[in-house]
Amino acid sequence: MTLRFDKLGVVIAAIVAYAAFAAPFATFRANRIVPGQARSVLEALPAALGTLLLAILIIGGIVALLRTPLVLRLAASVITLAALAILIGVAGGLLTPAGNTFARIAPASGFWLLIFAFTLLLADVLTRLDLSPSARVGVLAVAALAIGALLVSGSWDSLSILKEYASRADSFWAEGSKHITLALGSLAAAVVAGVPLGILCHRVEALRAGVLNVLNIIQTIPSIALFGLLIAPLGWIAAHVPGAAAAGIRGIGTAPAFVALFLYSLLPVVANTVVGLAGVPRAANDAARGMGMTDRQRLFDVEFPLAFPVILTGIRIVLVQNIGLATIAALIGGGGFGVFVFQGVGQTAMDLVLLGAVPTVALAFAAAIILDAVIEMTSTKRRADSE
Amino acid sequence: MRAWLPALLRLALLVLLVVFIASPGWFEPLLRPLTENGAPAIYNQGSLLTLTLLHLRTVLVATVAATIVAVALAILVTRPAGAEFLPLSRSLVNIGQTFPPVAVLALAVPAVGFGEKPTLIALFLYGLLPIFENALTALTTLPGNVMEAARGAGMTGWQRLMKVELPLSAPVILGGIRLSVVISLATATIGSTVAAKTLGEVIIAGLISNNLAFVLQGGLIVAALAVLIYDGLSAIERYAARRMGREAE
Amino acid sequence: MIEIEGITKRYNGTAVVDDVSMIVEPRTIAVIVGTSGSGKTTLLRMINRLVEPTAGVIKLDGADNRSLPGYQLRRSIGYAIQGHGLFPHRTVAQNIGTVPLLLGWDKDRIKARVEELMTLYQLDPQAYGPRYPHELSGGQQQRVGVARALAAEPNVLLMDEPFGALDPIIRTKAQEDLLAIQKRFGTTIVLVTHDMEEAVHMGDKIAVMDAGKLLQYARPAEILARPANGFVETLVGSSERPFRLLSLGRVRDAVEPGGAEGEAIPGDASQRDALAELLWTGRPALPVKGADGKPLGRVTVEGLVKRARPA
Repeated sequence: MTLRFDKLGVVIAAIVAYAAFAAPFATFRANRIVPGQARSVLEALPAALGTLLLAILIIGGIVALLRTPLVLRLAASVITLAALAILIGVAGGLLTPAGNTFARIAPASGFWLLIFAFTLLLADVLTRLDLSPSARVGVLAVAALAIGALLVSGSWDSLSILKEYASRADSFWAEGSKHITLALGSLAAAVVAGVPLGILCHRVEALRAGVLNVLNIIQTIPSIALFGLLIAPLGWIAAHVPGAAAAGIRGIGTAPAFVALFLYSLLPVVANTVVGLAGVPRAANDAARGMGMTDRQRLFDVEFPLAFPVILTGIRIVLVQNIGLATIAALIGGGGFGVFVFQGVGQTAMDLVLLGAVPTVALAFAAAIILDAVIEMTSTKRRADSE
Repeated sequence: MRAWLPALLRLALLVLLVVFIASPGWFEPLLRPLTENGAPAIYNQGSLLTLTLLHLRTVLVATVAATIVAVALAILVTRPAGAEFLPLSRSLVNIGQTFPPVAVLALAVPAVGFGEKPTLIALFLYGLLPIFENALTALTTLPGNVMEAARGAGMTGWQRLMKVELPLSAPVILGGIRLSVVISLATATIGSTVAAKTLGEVIIAGLISNNLAFVLQGGLIVAALAVLIYDGLSAIERYAARRMGREAE
Repeated sequence: MIEIEGITKRYNGTAVVDDVSMIVEPRTIAVIVGTSGSGKTTLLRMINRLVEPTAGVIKLDGADNRSLPGYQLRRSIGYAIQGHGLFPHRTVAQNIGTVPLLLGWDKDRIKARVEELMTLYQLDPQAYGPRYPHELSGGQQQRVGVARALAAEPNVLLMDEPFGALDPIIRTKAQEDLLAIQKRFGTTIVLVTHDMEEAVHMGDKIAVMDAGKLLQYARPAEILARPANGFVETLVGSSERPFRLLSLGRVRDAVEPGGAEGEAIPGDASQRDALAELLWTGRPALPVKGADGKPLGRVTVEGLVKRARPA
C-alpha cells in the first residue's frame, strides 16, 4: 500500500507541527493587564499529561496528513478538540499559583492554532459528509452541550476569560439578554413592517425604486453614526410625546439602538420580499388568476408560499447582521455584549474583550447554522412537493 | 431630461462633499443648531480632509489586499489541483460571514495592538468574503461551450485563465469588490474605537461629548463616500458587462 | 488522413467508446451519427485530445497525436461546436484570430486571414470585424464560429453538432457553405450529428455509433441500402430510406432519352427533388436541362422509383 497525502492535511499537519512544538500553549500573567509569559505544552502540563497531549496531536496530525477514511478523520478531530478543551482547563488550574487571585492564565497562540487546525479538519469532514439540515442542527446542539458541560463542570474556571466572567456574572447575563432582545426584537419589528412594505413595492412599481434606494442609502451610513444620530430625535420624543418616556423611550440607551437595528434590517427584508415575489413563475400566477383567485387569495395561496424561502434568506442575513451590530449599541449605552468588548478595549484587558466577542460570534454562528438549515428544509420540501 | 437627473444629483453630491471636506467652516451655521452650550459645530481635533484621506487609504489598502488574496484563492480552488478545497472553502466563507466586524476588530487587537493594524486586519478579513464568493461564483459558472472552445483552440491552462476566464469573470468579481468596499467604508469607522485614524474619530468624539454636529458630519461624509464609490463601481461594472453582451445584475 | 485504431475510453470501468477503428481519407467528410450517449462526441474529442483515450492510437497524417503536447496539437486542428462558443469579451475579428495569435503569426498575416475568411462567409470585415458576438444574429455567430475554427488553415476540422442550434433555413445554408469551403480548402472534416438527414447530405462516409461501439462505417448509399443491423436500420428510418437514397443522386444521372411538357429541372438537382416535383404536379415525366440551359432529356416517375430501391 502506498501512502497518499491529503492536500488539506498537509496544511493542517504543518499548522499542528508548528503550534504543538514551536508556539506557546498558554500564557501566564501576574495580573490582568501586564504582558504575559509563554508556556509550552510540556511547561503548562505535568509530564504525563503533556506527553499524552503531544501524542494525541501527533496522531491527529498524521490522520489528517494521510488519505484516511472520513470516520477516522471525524474521530481524530473530535478526540483532539476534546483533549485540547479539557487539558487547557487543567493547565489553567496548575499554572495558577495557589491562593493568587490576580494571576491570569489564558490560552496562547499555539492553543488557538491547534483549535483552528482541527476545527478545519472537522469542518472539512462535515462538508464532505454533506449532512442533512437536521443533522447539522444536531451537530451544533451536541457541540453546544459539550461546551456547556465543560463550563458548568468548572474545569475552565481557572482560565482568564472565565475569571472575567466570575467577577461580573450578573451583568453578563443581563447584557446577554439585552443583546438577544435587541437583535431579535428589531428583527421581529423589521419583519412585521418590511414584509408588507415589500409586498407593496412588488405591487406598486412606482414605489419600488424609491423605497429600495432610501433603504440602500441607510445601509451606507456607518452604524456608529446612525446610532448616534437617533439620540436626538428619540430624546425629543421622550421629552415631548406624553407617555413615551414611561414606555422606556430615551435619547440614549436601548431605544436608539433598537431603531437603528430596525432601520438596517429593513433593506434585506424588503429587498428579499420583492425578489421572492418577482421570482414567482408567471405561469403559476396566470394559472391562479385563470382559476378565478382574487388578488388576496393569490397573494396568500400562491405568491407568498413560493416566495417564502427567499424571504427567509433575508431574515437570515438580518439576524446574523443584527447580532453583530448589536455590539455597537454599547457605545450609546444600549447594552449588549458590546459593553464588555468596549470596556475591554478601554482597559486594554483582552480577556474582557473576549468575554464580549466570543458569545457574540457563537450566537451569530449558531443563528446562521440554524436558519440555513430551516431555509434548506423549506426549499427542499417545496421541491419535493412539486415533483 | 429625466435620465440626466441621477447623474446631476451625484455630481452635486460630489461637489458638496469636496467643498465640505475642504472648507467645513462654510457649513458652520448649518450645523450650529445641533450643538449645545457653545460647543464647536465643526470637528476641531484634526482636519476632516486628512481624516477622510486616511479613511480612504485604510479602505483602499485593505480592499486591494483582500482582492488579491480572494481572487487568488478562488482561482486556486477552481483549478484541478485545488479542486479538493472547493467544498471546504465554500463552508469557510459561509462561516466567516457570521463573524461580526466588531468582534473581528476586537479579537485582532490582542494580536497586533491598537491603531491602524487591527482595523486593516478586520477590513481585510471582512472584505475577503464578498470578493471570494463572487469570484468563485463567476469562475464556476462560466459558459461551458466558451470554455470548451478555448480548450479546443489550443489555449494552455494559463492562457485560458488570463485570456478567457478572468476577463469573463471581471464584472461579477467587480460586484464583489463593490460590496466589500461599501462594507469596509462603514466598518472602518469602528476602527476608531481601537485608535485608528478614520472618520470614525469624528463620530466617536461626537458620541463622547454629546455633540450631534460631529456625529452627523462624520456619518454623512462616510455615507456620501459610500454612495459615490458604490455608484462609480456600478458604472464600471455595467460597462464591463455590457461589452460582453450580458445584463448587469 | 485520420487513422483511429482500437480506441477505447472508459469512465469508472464503463466503456463510453469501445474499441473503435476507422480511417478518414484526406479531403473527405466523415460524419459520426448516433443517439445521445452513443459516445460520438467522446470519440471526436479524443482526436484533438480534449479527452485522453484509455487505449488505442489516433494518427493524423501518419503521426501519433500524442507526439505533441495537447494544446499544440489542438492549435493545428480546427474545432467548431454547437452554440459556437464564441468569446463574448472579444470582437468578431479577435475571435477569428484566436488560434493564429496563439501560433504567433504576425499582425498583418492575421488581419489578412481574418478578412479573407469573413469575406468568404459574407460578413463585411469593416462592418462586422469590430463588433462583439452578442451583436450578431444566430446564423452569423455560427459562421464566425466556423471561420474561427478554420483560421489557422488546419488540415483537419472537427465539428460537434455545429448546426444544432440553427433554424432549418439557416441550417441548410450553413451546410451548403461548409460543403463549398471544404471543397475550396480541401479540409478533412469529422462532423458529429444526431441527424441522419444531415449525415446523408454532408458525409462522404457515415459512421453509426451506439453504446460506444462503431456499428457501421460506409458510404451513405451503402448505409441506406444495406444497414448492418436493426439499430442502423431504425436510425436510417425505414419510411425515409427511399427518399434519402434518391437525395444522394443527381437528376442528370437518371436522365432517359425523350422529352416532356412543362418547366425543365436542372441536371444538378437531386433526384429526390425531381420525384417530389413529379408527384406534386401529377405528371409522369419532367424535362431536364443542363447547366447551359440545353435540354438533356427527361426523368420519369418509373425511372426514379427504380432508383429508390437498393441496387
